[in-house]
Amino acid sequence: MTRPSPGAGGVEKVLEIEDLKTHFFTRDGVVRAVDGVSYHVLKGETLGVVGESGCGKSVTALSVLRLIAKPGRIVQGKIKMSGRNLLELSDEEMRSIRGNDVSMIFQEPMTSLNPVLTLGRQISETIMLHQGLSKKDAWDKSVEMLKLVRIPEAERRVHEYPFQMSGGMRQRVMIAMALSCNPKVLLADEPTTALDVTIQAQILHLMLELKEKTGTAIVLITHDLGVVAETCQRVVVMYAGKKVEEATADELFERPLHPYTVGLMKSVPRLDRAATENPGRLMEIPGMVPSLKNMPPGCAFQPRCPFATERCKVEIPAFEMKASGHYAACFNSDKVAEAYHG
Amino acid sequence: MAEAAKKGNLLEVTDLKKHFPIRKGILSRVQGYVYAVDGVSFTIGHGETLGLVGESGCGKSTVGKTILKLLDPTAGEVKLNGTKISDLNQAEMRPHRREMQVIFQDPYSSLNPRMSAGDIVGEPMFNYGLATGKEKEERTRQLFARVGLRAEHMLKYPHEFSGGQRQRLGIARALAVNPSLIIGDEPVSALDVSVQAQVINLMMDLQKEFNLSYLFVAHDLAVVEHISHRVAVMYLGKIVEMTDKRSLFTSPQHPYTEALLSAVPIPSPKMKRKRIILTGDVPSPIRPPPGCRFHTRCPYVMDHCKVQEPPMKEVAPGHFVACHLRQPGQAMYEIAAHATMAPKAPATTASH
Repeated sequence: MTRPSPGAGGVEKVLEIEDLKTHFFTRDGVVRAVDGVSYHVLKGETLGVVGESGCGKSVTALSVLRLIAKPGRIVQGKIKMSGRNLLELSDEEMRSIRGNDVSMIFQEPMTSLNPVLTLGRQISETIMLHQGLSKKDAWDKSVEMLKLVRIPEAERRVHEYPFQMSGGMRQRVMIAMALSCNPKVLLADEPTTALDVTIQAQILHLMLELKEKTGTAIVLITHDLGVVAETCQRVVVMYAGKKVEEATADELFERPLHPYTVGLMKSVPRLDRAATENPGRLMEIPGMVPSLKNMPPGCAFQPRCPFATERCKVEIPAFEMKASGHYAACFNSDKVAEAYHG
Repeated sequence: MAEAAKKGNLLEVTDLKKHFPIRKGILSRVQGYVYAVDGVSFTIGHGETLGLVGESGCGKSTVGKTILKLLDPTAGEVKLNGTKISDLNQAEMRPHRREMQVIFQDPYSSLNPRMSAGDIVGEPMFNYGLATGKEKEERTRQLFARVGLRAEHMLKYPHEFSGGQRQRLGIARALAVNPSLIIGDEPVSALDVSVQAQVINLMMDLQKEFNLSYLFVAHDLAVVEHISHRVAVMYLGKIVEMTDKRSLFTSPQHPYTEALLSAVPIPSPKMKRKRIILTGDVPSPIRPPPGCRFHTRCPYVMDHCKVQEPPMKEVAPGHFVACHLRQPGQAMYEIAAHATMAPKAPATTASH
């Protein structure tokens, strides 16, 4: 699982999200799940989107596919692919985008496969619908895709049902299905979170290998910084519906500039630090993620931030460039960087 | 913490087995067994944490439940403070239950939604006649403060708490009866990383304060490494390696441990490691493979691994391994030599 060098495959932006706001209009108030998020993915790139539950990382991805259900609504922003704004397309046009240009795999492969259809039926349905192949050709392509994701005995397995597969195999099937129409972008939402570590290693390895083969750009949504470090070239860190930091993976892990990123890095126990007889305490991020209905004034992270000043409590820090290619939304990023290395 | 295992063991588990019958047909005849736990032995000292790691379906949770007697063991012996508890009946078991408490993975389903937080923590004290009335309330208040909850939280109901707070509540409930052993069944896996750190720190602080012993069942090796003194690695119902955590993480002796450690992603992009990608899935515990159970996925598999089950051997003081490759007294660096020789380029990992 070696990470290809940054910028491999050119600099064409295959997906660009601009100032996206997706809000949920619930009875007890507006939930600003995504509140002004922008990011882009380059051709053949793996972009990591990191954050904890409820930070809006999945809702952003669902917004790209326009799969936001009521009471949610995309209230602002642009999602650009090949020069078109997906938010302006008709439902009909959008259907041809899904699968062909963008596809998505989810965390729980059991619930995202249809339990009463054979694998062949589900995969060939996608291919017939999006690529207009005949039933026979689509079936053959399904078998080919299953071979591509290394399902053993693909010719036999294609007649089986999802319950006959293990978790790792189901996720392979999901990847086969997602890649069957050669999308430009694959949105992978916690694709390995439900899997055991040895299986996770297999799946990540497979995804990266297929990416090299097909040139599909990957947006890898995860909470696991380890997965990001080993697979992504660039990383976006989200907190409470907003982007708080963005940098290349090397730069981010070397010199994090947002206190939340530092908190995430220091709060996970790490195997690479020598096992000591007397382990120290883990760094805690005090408190918890604020309710999206009831955000604190100023910076959203300010109530939990060890660097917070009076200014943070009244003013929202702008998301700005702090170093070449390294962006963060924090007034005190200098102090953060200093403290991280200090 | 080095004084952890100074005298006697709190818990001794010897050759514990738990087989679940599979019944089929109109007469519900037993058609076979799920060999969930198949001969597991270990000890836990006073104030010590034993981490039990393995992938889903390896039987690690069943070990915890069988020790607690939430499940009756098929065979084997469990001794708590020298008393054999594995064949006690319900009534005889009752006084011993106070000694062992449990924290579950899912803080949403392990708290009664109709009881207030204060009652949830107070009920075990009442059940064991430890405290009633004012005294119970006072102790509950102290426990709330100790686990980082506010006194006014006592009147709230579980749904009003966040995941991390619920787990704190679960810990307070376990502490209510002054246990000596707490079995944590994936206690932090459902929590976000920032909250996970809070709960791990709390558990470690409480251990020092009350000299608690933990059996910490988890799949996350980094978490286990952090919290445990010794670690046992399980695969398909058996312990394949057990030692103090330093040896386990710096010189793993079983090929499965080695693969498991190498599969954990490290949050440092500059770090280059040799990665072992195991082929295939874990076999079914209904028909475990003959010989060594890991032979179907082992990169070093030899012919006799397929027929002969490797016994547990002490290869170094306190370091137990069940693998034909390992012999007592064999130099520890041997496995590293093996590892570099073994064929595991991406080409060979591609077979599945």
